Amino acid sequence: MDAASLKTLNRCRRERRAAVLLTDLESGASRVLVEGEAPEQPLREPVEKALRSGRSGTVEAGGRSYFLNVHLPPPRLVVIGAVHISQALAPMARIAGFDVRIVDPRTAFASPERFAGVRLQAVWPQEAFEESPLDAYTALAALTHDPKIDDPALTAALEAGCFYVGALGSRKTHAKRVERLTHSGLGAAAVARIHAPIGLAIGAASPAEIAVAILAQVIAALRSRGLEERGEAA
Amino acid sequence: MLEEVKEPLDPLATAEAWMEAGRKVAIATVVETWGSAPRPVGSHLVIDGDGHFEGSVSGGCVEGAVVAEAADVIAEGRPRMLEFGVADETAWRVGLSCGGRIRVYVEPLLG
Repeated sequence: MDAASLKTLNRCRRERRAAVLLTDLESGASRVLVEGEAPEQPLREPVEKALRSGRSGTVEAGGRSYFLNVHLPPPRLVVIGAVHISQALAPMARIAGFDVRIVDPRTAFASPERFAGVRLQAVWPQEAFEESPLDAYTALAALTHDPKIDDPALTAALEAGCFYVGALGSRKTHAKRVERLTHSGLGAAAVARIHAPIGLAIGAASPAEIAVAILAQVIAALRSRGLEERGEAA
Repeated sequence: MLEEVKEPLDPLATAEAWMEAGRKVAIATVVETWGSAPRPVGSHLVIDGDGHFEGSVSGGCVEGAVVAEAADVIAEGRPRMLEFGVADETAWRVGLSCGGRIRVYVEPLLG
């Protein structure tokens, strides 16, 4: 690989643009193909297929052997609420490979001192999503316990097709939430997609343990029904 | 504007940082797997001229051998293809104890 290709590839990855690193296994030459740029024949079909499926592999084309390394955007985790659980969840999720951001309009909570090195948006969820829209590569965990912050975020996540949507709160709290969201016009199937009470049932007690339970559930969603659905079955 | 967050444990970001710091770098990539392989196709291990490394191409079974090959790749400036598997008892030391087989492409990062 050459320096320019590595820089281009890393830039695409930072900017959440899908890209394929194409390496000629005989000559060693490599180049980056960004999604939307159609490569010349005979590589067009293999590259498009790789981008669709998200699967890397070797291909034979035009009598040569190539390795296609697909880089799809890393899954993003949007946490609504700069709360105690989020302080544990953000670094854990980052280590697990998630692009993490925290949204909380309450500036007393969303302070850089409490979240060193984490992308923090001290605005209402709707404003945050205008700046960086939710997508199918995104998981959303609503942790504020405050309907006026959580509800619009949950609605937006369900509408955007986020691969995971979870909300903190007891069964009783969630029953009320379901009532509110249904009343606001969301369909039963959409509302049923919300994981609540949030997190895998591991008996988590402390904020850090709850963060583990949430992260495990997000990973389960990603690996069981997540991005692979975009392409052919795994 | 939001601050850019540094990705932890990201081999390709590490490779770029090492390159910017003037270090010689080799990039190892899993290009093919057969049977039970611990790391998927596309996984990276990056190695610098002093044998420092980041990432993985297996569960730790063959990294040592790849790091050793990387030194030659950096010295020669040419890529090479490595293959690891479990053929017999003697191969176990530098093979995959899980029983799979992998092909690893090791290339120099050219300036």
